[in-house]
Amino acid sequence: MSKMTVEVVTPERVVYSGQASMVIARGVQGDLGILPKHMPMVTPLKIAPVQIKVEGDQVVRMAVSGGFMEVRGDKVTILAETAEMPGDIDVERAKASKGRAEKRLSEKYPELDVQRAERSLQRALARIDVTK
Amino acid sequence: MAKGIREIRRSIKSTKNTRQITKAMKMVAAAKLRRNQERAEAARPYADKIQEVIASIASGTSGSKHPMLQSRPVKKTGYIVITSDRGLAGGYNANMLRAVVNTIAEKHKSKDEYGIFVIGRKGRDFFTKRGYPVLEEITGLKDNPSFADIKKVAGNAVQYFSDEKIDELYLCYNKFQSAITQIPTVKRLLPLEAPEGNTERKMDYEYEPSSEEVLSVLLPKYAETLVYSALLEAKASEEGSRMTAMGNATDNATDMINRYTLQYNRARQAAITQEISEIVAGANAQA
Repeated sequence: MSKMTVEVVTPERVVYSGQASMVIARGVQGDLGILPKHMPMVTPLKIAPVQIKVEGDQVVRMAVSGGFMEVRGDKVTILAETAEMPGDIDVERAKASKGRAEKRLSEKYPELDVQRAERSLQRALARIDVTK
Repeated sequence: MAKGIREIRRSIKSTKNTRQITKAMKMVAAAKLRRNQERAEAARPYADKIQEVIASIASGTSGSKHPMLQSRPVKKTGYIVITSDRGLAGGYNANMLRAVVNTIAEKHKSKDEYGIFVIGRKGRDFFTKRGYPVLEEITGLKDNPSFADIKKVAGNAVQYFSDEKIDELYLCYNKFQSAITQIPTVKRLLPLEAPEGNTERKMDYEYEPSSEEVLSVLLPKYAETLVYSALLEAKASEEGSRMTAMGNATDNATDMINRYTLQYNRARQAAITQEISEIVAGANAQA
């Protein structure tokens, strides 16, 4: 099976770099599955988990926020403000922040920054999803 | 230098204390410098990549009308000035601030023509004391600032530009050359110069949803990234500058201690000689 190089880069460091047979990410217009020899493409990503299929059943998952993906030839680069591997995630904290964000959204008091709460909820959901 | 033995001993002791402190600071600065350099290194792939993608979009879609790429008549200029929170870093802050003040004096006649975004306590104190128009400030950044820490200023500065409150934005920071040399640099950040694309490797990308929209997401990110990497570089410069300054201070302290020790020994010997001659004179008188 053909392979491609995948790199996940944040401003602070290179989070992941390796070979993969498929990358699944959520672009602004919906989920995308990228296979080797995909057409060159650039798209912003939503705050969501990204899955990298390395070999056989082995899948690397990470929570990505504020990112975009570049596909070119046999190389996929994901640039993101944050990208966390399951090992880096504090599940309890993510759950707490999910609860907080949900509470804020459900209370609906007028000065609520809805976008901020929603983003925070999405980040928490992505983190929890990745660690499952 | 007619100092008593006791005074000399006290000066030696206090200089030794000072030396110990400067020596420790030098070593701390050296360790931090290394760490900061590594961070600056680690940030490079991100900046390079984002630049590459923007370059290929800009070269692929000629005449892109994104406001961040357009020069417009300059009514007001913004400056992001990166200084340190702490002193004892040699000429680090002084050089930077002098460069900024010179640039401003050269380019602007009145205070309405520019505004300053300042990072670091030293710069903030300098500008507020002299009545420069400071638009935003951050102080108390960590030694290893994360992207999230800087995002607020960088994002705000970029926002000012998009809202047309300022028409160009300059980035002023100490460029890291080596541990001994740091160059105060004033560089234009916005409007962005579309990075030069490598035409041979030009790719026909498919943009989702459209090239314009991808560009409008990427350009602010790019500007923020540039600010972040400048900050990392400035931090490395700061530690480098502090390391050199503290190294010099330690050397000077050692020199001073040597001088004082010599003086001290001379004075001690003189005292002993005098005592002996007094005893001898006393003995002679009795005999």
